[in-house]
Amino acid sequence: MITTEQKLTIKDLKSAVKPIWCPGCGDYGVLNAVMKTIIGLQLDPSHVAMVSGIGCSGRFPAFVNAYGFHGVHGRALPFASGVKLANPDLTVFVLGGDGDAFSIGAGHLPHAARRNIDLTYIVMDNSIYGLTKGQPSATSPADVLQQSTVKYKGRRKGMTGMLNLAQTVSPVNPIAMALAYEASFVARGFSGAPKELHEILKTAVLHRGFSLVQVISPCTTFYDTYNYWRQLAQPLPADHDCTDRAAAFRLALELDKAYLGIFYQVERPSFEDQVAKLIAQPTDSFAPTAVASLLNRFRR
Amino acid sequence: MLCRASLQTARARRIAGRLATVLPTNPAGSQSLTKRRQFYYIQVILAAKIGYFCRFRARARSIADRPYVAFTRGGQVAARCRATVESLNSPLLFFVIEFLEITGRNRPQQRGRTVETGNGDSIVIRMGGESGEGIVTIGEIFVLVAARAGLEVFTFRTYPAEIMGGHVVYQARVGRNKVLSDGDDIDALVALNQEGYDQHIHELRPGGTLIYDSGELQPPDDGHVHYPVPVTEIAQQMQFMRGKNLVMVGSLLALFGLPLVKGNEVVEAKLGKYPALLPTNLDSLARGYQYVQEHYGERLPTTVGLPEGEREERLVISGNQAAAIGALAAGCRFYAGYPITPATTLMEFMAQQLPALGGKMIQTEDEIAAISMAIGASYAGAKAMTATSGPGFALMIEALGHASMTEVPLVIVDVQRAGPSTGMPTKTAQADLFMALYAGNDEAPRFVLAPDSVEDCFHQMVNAFNLAEKYQMPVVVLSDQALSARVETIPAIDLGAIRLTERLKPEPVEDGSYRRYLITESGISPMAIPGMPGMFYTAEGLEHSEKGSPNYTPETHRSMTEKRHRKVDTARQEIQRLPVSDRWGDSEAEIGIMGWGSSKGAVREAMARVSANNIRVEAFYTRSLLPMPDGLIRAFLQGKRAIIVPELNYRGMFANVIEHRYGREIVKNGIRIVHLPKYDGLPFRPVDICRVVHQVARELAGRVLKVWTPGC
Ligand SMILES: Cc1ncc(C[n+]2csc(CCOP(=O)(O)OP(=O)(O)O)c2C)c(N)n1
Ligand code: SF4
Repeated sequence: MITTEQKLTIKDLKSAVKPIWCPGCGDYGVLNAVMKTIIGLQLDPSHVAMVSGIGCSGRFPAFVNAYGFHGVHGRALPFASGVKLANPDLTVFVLGGDGDAFSIGAGHLPHAARRNIDLTYIVMDNSIYGLTKGQPSATSPADVLQQSTVKYKGRRKGMTGMLNLAQTVSPVNPIAMALAYEASFVARGFSGAPKELHEILKTAVLHRGFSLVQVISPCTTFYDTYNYWRQLAQPLPADHDCTDRAAAFRLALELDKAYLGIFYQVERPSFEDQVAKLIAQPTDSFAPTAVASLLNRFRR
Repeated sequence: MLCRASLQTARARRIAGRLATVLPTNPAGSQSLTKRRQFYYIQVILAAKIGYFCRFRARARSIADRPYVAFTRGGQVAARCRATVESLNSPLLFFVIEFLEITGRNRPQQRGRTVETGNGDSIVIRMGGESGEGIVTIGEIFVLVAARAGLEVFTFRTYPAEIMGGHVVYQARVGRNKVLSDGDDIDALVALNQEGYDQHIHELRPGGTLIYDSGELQPPDDGHVHYPVPVTEIAQQMQFMRGKNLVMVGSLLALFGLPLVKGNEVVEAKLGKYPALLPTNLDSLARGYQYVQEHYGERLPTTVGLPEGEREERLVISGNQAAAIGALAAGCRFYAGYPITPATTLMEFMAQQLPALGGKMIQTEDEIAAISMAIGASYAGAKAMTATSGPGFALMIEALGHASMTEVPLVIVDVQRAGPSTGMPTKTAQADLFMALYAGNDEAPRFVLAPDSVEDCFHQMVNAFNLAEKYQMPVVVLSDQALSARVETIPAIDLGAIRLTERLKPEPVEDGSYRRYLITESGISPMAIPGMPGMFYTAEGLEHSEKGSPNYTPETHRSMTEKRHRKVDTARQEIQRLPVSDRWGDSEAEIGIMGWGSSKGAVREAMARVSANNIRVEAFYTRSLLPMPDGLIRAFLQGKRAIIVPELNYRGMFANVIEHRYGREIVKNGIRIVHLPKYDGLPFRPVDICRVVHQVARELAGRVLKVWTPGC
């Protein structure tokens, strides 16, 4: 944590690019919470990298005065892993939607989690594809198409037909998934509960290792679930021991209660710490002595 | 009668082997050929022989059960056709064959010159057997001893598709002068068992040397010179069955005139980690050596002899090893990869060597993650790379475009293998050229380099990193299976001559005025690295403004597209000055050869041969396929009438590129592009090139019909 001389404020963190999100979109709340976290921890924005995938949520990095990386759909985690491994001094936020995280990029999640690279992965879960205008996603509940608030009238037709099959497909359970994948930090926040979200994010950033934070971030345009989540959302039971993985699983499976908070957190050596133990002091990019001795091994 | 029939058969077989003609294959089996068809075949043969092949081609094609895909040179036998001729077993056909032999027209003739084949002053030794048999151990030790004794070596190996068992081939060509290719023939075959014999004996040249374990097989008198060595027996006597391989190596050293002391040195170096066994191992080697000396001392095979005087410094190294060291020398400190034959050895080498240099390696979950991590690492300031083969490269394409769009330096090695799809993982090809040049959505500027020898693998990796860093762009390096796996003796590498380029860093400013994608004349903009105070920007995959913010205006897309492509144009100027191409041969020649990648060695060898036979030819090889050294190529095309383009692919990808790019010169000068495709998973042999050069020479002299090649 490098502190700048003057105290960092939200104004410093807001970039010249205005968010393009629809009014009321849950992602605004997440953006605020992330900025507050940076300020709360007084992180030096020059040492913060925001790596995102594609989607409404993927636009995130452009809105923050920090280093940003807007990748391709689904690959935020590997891009971010490369960033963190190459420069472990950076605090790396990884940002994306549920499509990014649990569909196209789902193959990367287990590996980022088990490697335990120190990344804070914030999945803005709106249970719908926002940017492509309202198709069901991997976290869409079965009745998604009935519920979807289609502001764009003409879209409703497009969202029926074979897409109705979404109703027969079970959604994934991101928290249970992350627990199964050996993530060392698993939490759920809600953009409608900014204070709690801020607290979770602070702990997640401080956690040394991979943290998955599923943030319920409703899409006011295609699937406005604010009311639904407001009714269901509740803090995790006060007596929940967040080092108890089995308990965390049990709570994750209670779908009728949307628990917010840290389900699970354990300390495990991070990948980059392990790497650091293996490697020698970094050499200059021109290291003729080392290369010469390597070549020497091949002399006849 | 019977006797006469078999005589005829033998004779026909022999002649058929030499018959220089084309026959379509008949998948239904030759026995079912109708008389009518047989007659057509004979017509075809006759026609080919007396030079009127073209007139019958259409008819021959109509009777063929398959289109002509197997032959590339008018008047040459497609290997498969031989079998057809043999098994026709038609008295009429035999009559024709005899007639042809009598008239002496069955040998290719042109102005008294025959196509040059053979291995020159080097020898090719092939070892074959089950993969568990230690073929590779024998081969590797033999090659190291040969190199230590002062010889130049060049190996070829195939791996079995199976993990355990399956057939392995290890082939070594050794000579006193630099060996450039696999050669044409097999001079000596080492068979450890019956299978090793059966699989390869037909490729051993007539009168070649056969070395075998007499405890394992008893080959018939097959016209070769036999050197049985009781390897198993000797090992049994020593009660050290594991020493079999070394007994064989020992006998090979004696047979090919290599000093036993060098053998001892290599065994000590290679097997020194088992000190308790070392005396026994050395003894095995010595016993094999003695056996040959005692029994065959009087009649050793002819061999290359050893060079006299000071031995020059040489490295014995494979293509992938050279490429990996080249990357390290260029400053690569981050490697992300996913295992895939034949690129895996590169990854494993990097995994071993990077830590000592303070670099990092990660084995990812797939190739998409591999390239993405490399891009992320490069964005964060490291010189980064990944390596893969065709299937993995195909997965990387979306991210390749992203690196191009976000202008992140990146090196991707594609060790090509035969495809499509999983194809033949252990066989070679040069068929990813189009993918490297063009793959991706829209136009994503990149560079494409292709090393053309093991030594060049080192240098092209240095070039690749320099270009990537300087121009902030992805660079694809096209190697191939044969190049990556073969071991060659190469001259020592002068690290002092290496110049590294680092990416352009911006002047520090903290007032938010930094523009990551600043439009410049060269197209190159200064690149900030996360951690620099206040130089915030987003590496943006959406079209973006100079500052890196998403921006879709027509002006922005136009100017940014131009900026990105301008970097290639800037590099094109630089490329002309870099040593990325070779032009050699007779500058007045009308016949040119143009190619890329690992076929160069065979071409160099072929050129030397045909030039010695007074055929004038000149060659141009470029290692930079994007951008191409246009000026140099246009100059090369001046005065040429035919350009032969040898390539290990079906469509003639490079030939296409040349035709496209230099169409004006080609049309203006009436240059014919003669595409020489090869798509059997094996590298070119010099004789493949020689043949076509002869054909083209005859054609230019107006003697024969046009060389016919399958459609591009
Ligand atoms: C390879 C690829 N496939 C498809 C798309 C189109 N696409 C863009 S965003 C998106 C889904 C976005 O949904 P989500 O990840 O949930 O993010 P949200 O927009 O809801 O924040 C899709 C399918 C793409 N950009 N790239
Ligand atoms: S479409 Fe939905 S997710 Fe996208 S910005 Fe609008 S409200 Fe947010």
